[in-house]
Amino acid sequence: MVPAWNEAGAIGRVVDGVLAFDSTIDVVVVDDASTDDTAGVARARGATVLRLPFNVGIGGAVQTGFKYALAEGYDLALRLDGDGQHDPAELPKLIDPIERGEADLVIGSRFVDQTGTYRPPFARRMGIRVFARLVSLLGGQRVTDTTSGFIALDRVGIELFAREYPHDYPEVEATLVALRSGLRLAQVQVEMRERETGTSSITFVRSLYYIVKVMLALLVASLRRYPRLEGARR
Amino acid sequence: MTPFRVSIVGVVASILLILVVLELVRGRRLKERYALLWLATGGVLLVLSAWRGGLNTIAGWVGVSTYPPAVLFAVATLFILLVLLHYSTVISKLTDENIELAQRVALLEEQVSRLAADESGSTRARSARVDQIAQS
Repeated sequence: MVPAWNEAGAIGRVVDGVLAFDSTIDVVVVDDASTDDTAGVARARGATVLRLPFNVGIGGAVQTGFKYALAEGYDLALRLDGDGQHDPAELPKLIDPIERGEADLVIGSRFVDQTGTYRPPFARRMGIRVFARLVSLLGGQRVTDTTSGFIALDRVGIELFAREYPHDYPEVEATLVALRSGLRLAQVQVEMRERETGTSSITFVRSLYYIVKVMLALLVASLRRYPRLEGARR
Repeated sequence: MTPFRVSIVGVVASILLILVVLELVRGRRLKERYALLWLATGGVLLVLSAWRGGLNTIAGWVGVSTYPPAVLFAVATLFILLVLLHYSTVISKLTDENIELAQRVALLEEQVSRLAADESGSTRARSARVDQIAQS
């Protein structure tokens, strides 16, 4: 499942990449009301396209994919970004813990161990680290990368995120919601490539809003009660 | 003491507010559930403006007995804050529902196009069969 907004330049390669890795995977592109030909390109490469009638933001778009997975009865859902920064060759790392029944949510993290080559600018590195610490503290399990959009979910995870997923800047809060709902979380080391085209949705100006919003969301999420999921075994 | 003119202006303004709100509801331009808070605002301000003794007493309680109309401002401000907060909750709910609808539309559209493709596929198969039968 690939959320995309105005990624006509990259989405073709992403879909091709996933299908080249394993042609039996159903690729679903969630087009968040792009103004370019993202939907057309994705469809031409053989992806199923869910086209939102207006822009709902990354969280709402991602959740559309989870709802699709739930409705179609999938037991495994993978999410990777539409800009090509996630390498489909690393999908087995994410799938394995789920197939072994060890985790409900697998996060492709850039910081599990020191082997990763990704070195973000100082400010962003600090931000990522602070959020990771906070989520670890509030969720009761060590999390190393809470901003990753490279994840895999089993049926329980799909059910949770189809029902409950934050709307903007969702990844950090979603990780906490997953932990508090009793999902078993695993992390695997992945590399992320530099963006191929387009610009990151996180600009400098929005960073402050991002930090404040996520802090508030984490605070509120840790005060809220989440029902333990039926299938969660943690 | 409250100046007489303040009371008169207060009463007139509150009655005007109530009348405007009622007219909007009558004309179906305002839903009853959103009119209630405004009517309560008008009602409370009307009572406080007309009941001069009460306003003076309350002003004494909150320490502004030198200028009791300040209570009117404070109460009006408080109600405006309540209305705005109420609207924020309404907007939040609408946002959630809006996104939910957009997601449903996206899922349904995909389903419809899939069904339509199946349909046209089977129609084509059927007409091919009809052609075969016609030829034999």
